[in-house]
Amino acid sequence: MAVEITTRVDARGLSCPMPIVKTAQAAKTTPSGTFIEVLATDPGSTKDLTAWTKTTGHTLVEQSLDDGVYRFVIRRK
Amino acid sequence: METSLNLVLFSGTDDKLTAAAVLVSGAAALGRPVHVFLQYWALDAFRADRIAADHGLAPEAGEAGRTAVDALRAAGQASWADTFRMAKELGGVEIQACSLSMDLLNIEQDALDPLVDGVEGVAAFFIAAEDGQVVFI
Repeated sequence: MAVEITTRVDARGLSCPMPIVKTAQAAKTTPSGTFIEVLATDPGSTKDLTAWTKTTGHTLVEQSLDDGVYRFVIRRK
Repeated sequence: METSLNLVLFSGTDDKLTAAAVLVSGAAALGRPVHVFLQYWALDAFRADRIAADHGLAPEAGEAGRTAVDALRAAGQASWADTFRMAKELGGVEIQACSLSMDLLNIEQDALDPLVDGVEGVAAFFIAAEDGQVVFI
């Protein structure tokens, strides 16, 4: 499923907690029901973004790891 | 209502302030209300004219710790003050100065960085904390 990304968050090279801080910032301005893409290199970001989506009610619809870069697609609640 | 994080921030070295900023911004990203109470050396670090200064590291850091902290910073890690700013932009974060520490350090409120919302006593801190967790750094 290829989804149309509304907001992109580039957190590559940033350490914890910036991937979730920048994703939370992006969620504030992203319309409900649209998609946010997050790129990160912090190994903690998988658990952090999973916990973040679970707690905040957004939905993690895709996640992958390619050449050290974690990619997440989140559906804004 | 989400469980609040109530952080008593006492230490004024850059490593401990960074650890505090990580907890605060993480909680804010999760939508938790955060209340920070600045005491002693942490309050001193929040002076407007010193917030960007080098505040050193805790003694246990040693030389190797200094090198590691410098390397992370050189790799682009945000300063603790910028991390607190981002946390406040997310919303739900209040930073209060301990009134006793204001007297101790002889600081007026207008000498503090705008990150600090006001001055309060320990009772106000506990009332704001309600049944939420209290963390001391």
